[in-house]
Amino acid sequence: MAKQIKGVLGKKLGMTQVFDETNRVIPVTVVEAGPCVVTRVRTPEKDGYSAVQLGYGQIDPRKVNKPLGDYLRKHDITPRRYFAEVRTDDASEYTLGQEILADAFEAGQYIDVTGKSKGKGFAGVMKRHNFRGLGASHGTQRKHRSPGSIGGCATPGRVFKGLRMAGRMGNVRTTVQSLKVHAVDAEKGLILIKGAIPGANGSLVLIRTAAKKGVAAK
Amino acid sequence: MHTQIQELEKAALRSDVPDFRPGDTLEVHVRVVEGNRSRIQVFKGFVLRRQGGGIRETFTVRKVSYGVGVERTFPVHSPVIEKITLVTRGDVRRAKLYYMRDLRGKAARIREKREALPAAK
Repeated sequence: MAKQIKGVLGKKLGMTQVFDETNRVIPVTVVEAGPCVVTRVRTPEKDGYSAVQLGYGQIDPRKVNKPLGDYLRKHDITPRRYFAEVRTDDASEYTLGQEILADAFEAGQYIDVTGKSKGKGFAGVMKRHNFRGLGASHGTQRKHRSPGSIGGCATPGRVFKGLRMAGRMGNVRTTVQSLKVHAVDAEKGLILIKGAIPGANGSLVLIRTAAKKGVAAK
Repeated sequence: MHTQIQELEKAALRSDVPDFRPGDTLEVHVRVVEGNRSRIQVFKGFVLRRQGGGIRETFTVRKVSYGVGVERTFPVHSPVIEKITLVTRGDVRRAKLYYMRDLRGKAARIREKREALPAAK
């Protein structure tokens, strides 16, 4: 049951389309993956779980606070802007300072992609929860996109907790599971992922081996 | 668009596409795969529209086959296309020739473009 999850941090560049070998059009998202560096290895003996911490991106070394900067300096690692931990059972096989590049993944493999979704601001229930709104006509007045009833009257005499309403939407950590890697360009450090991934262009994404399909597919 | 994506797209663009415009009559040689055999099928008609840009660009060819209008849309840079031959240039004033769908018979013809006149002045 040892799960060997690989991970790499990268930047979403944008979407395009490519032709596959049967000449079909495939929509792909281009991700500039890595170079990442292993900044910490979590072991069950010391930390209670097994994981690899990855660092990615450039940062002015003066902006790094003392505890983190000293830790990285001790291990001869240049400071990174972003860090993420990947839970994997084979963490002990990684060494500090090891570089992880786009070629950690191969074409045809399934992956999960985590990113921060685009913020939509204060959104109504139709956009946020896919409510259907009220009728377009039949006397509906100024209420076309409203949620309708939110509960009973004297019984229960309150609105239930967790009732879906309008509010802030997006700008949350989102994972899309079981996406297929269409191609990997190790030279340029690009990964082409079939389909869309969360976040705006230029935002940080974490690519991991798929939790549901990844290990079985190999 | 990000430059690395543009590079990626540029690599997939075809260079053998002739310069054609809406109204032109084309012969599109399409590779058709049947089982494990592949053959070439010619689709001849006039260009109804061109839309999109870069690798996403597509064009639509319309012809009337046995009294039934048939339209096919191809990506300009699709590997399915064996080759495109330009038959005639058409003289049209629109970029999208949707009005041709409503015309039939003699009206549904496109005048051939004469040699471009030198700028008169």
